[in-house]
Amino acid sequence: MSPRAAQLQAFLDRTPFARFIGMEFETNGDQLIARLPFRKKFIGNGAINALHGGATGAFLELTAVAQVYLQSDLQRPPKPINLTIDYLRSAKGEDLYARAIVHKLGRRMASVRAEAWQGDDPEKIVTALQAHFLVAEDG
Amino acid sequence: MSEENERQDMMLKLMQQNARRIMSTVPWAQALGFELTGIEKGRAFAKVGWREDLVGDPDTGVIYGGVLTALLDNLSGVCINTALKKPMSMATLDLRIDYMRPADKGRDILAEAECYHITRNVAFTHAWAYHESRDKVIATAAGTFALNDIGRWASGNAAMDIANKMLGGEK
Repeated sequence: MSPRAAQLQAFLDRTPFARFIGMEFETNGDQLIARLPFRKKFIGNGAINALHGGATGAFLELTAVAQVYLQSDLQRPPKPINLTIDYLRSAKGEDLYARAIVHKLGRRMASVRAEAWQGDDPEKIVTALQAHFLVAEDG
Repeated sequence: MSEENERQDMMLKLMQQNARRIMSTVPWAQALGFELTGIEKGRAFAKVGWREDLVGDPDTGVIYGGVLTALLDNLSGVCINTALKKPMSMATLDLRIDYMRPADKGRDILAEAECYHITRNVAFTHAWAYHESRDKVIATAAGTFALNDIGRWASGNAAMDIANKMLGGEK
């Protein structure tokens, strides 16, 4: 684990919500792959055993935050300004994976897209998120 | 047309009578402690209390933004329940959230949602989260939801299932 990835792990370890959902991650250089091990509490529609959009969305937002953190030298986590979530398929009651691309990392703003999938095909996106973050350390 | 209005009033009444079950049967809403505090035609109100384990920034104690996303998403879905003319299932198509200011540490967050337009296949919503009133919002949401025939796709909403049964809909 790179020193920066270790810092990211330490940040997630001391962030209550990250522990609450149990997000894990692996890194390949500067690129992160996040995993959300399934838990029953993530269910939104029990009749069709589908994850709640709010659980998928929260995981994607945290993935985006983690990716910005990983590839920057920010001391504080980026703050979300806005985000749009596209629900492309119903997410099944099983593990969820996600990765994020930082389209722009400026001095004040970052623009990020994150995508979540299930199973072994990252191209088959279940939910996608587009977000802007404030990254200014004095903001 | 009046028959349709009567049916809609009946539907609203059934949703109100069973309001407690709308969120209490959703595991993620329960896990985050969402509480539905009121519903009226095309509108819904809810509350989430501050909790240590929902904090997103350990240095400030501010609740994680994703909790608000989940709250506004869920509540937007609920407000559609009360705008429908017949029981239906729904799924979020897309949701846009704007974060205006951080929530205060230790305070309850209130939310309201409004279904401002509805077609045969899609419902459009706006939602707000705040501590006191809509004059000082923490976050806003704009959502679109796909509507589906409840016979073809289980709603997962206990109150909706009750309404469906009472109104003689097929399962």
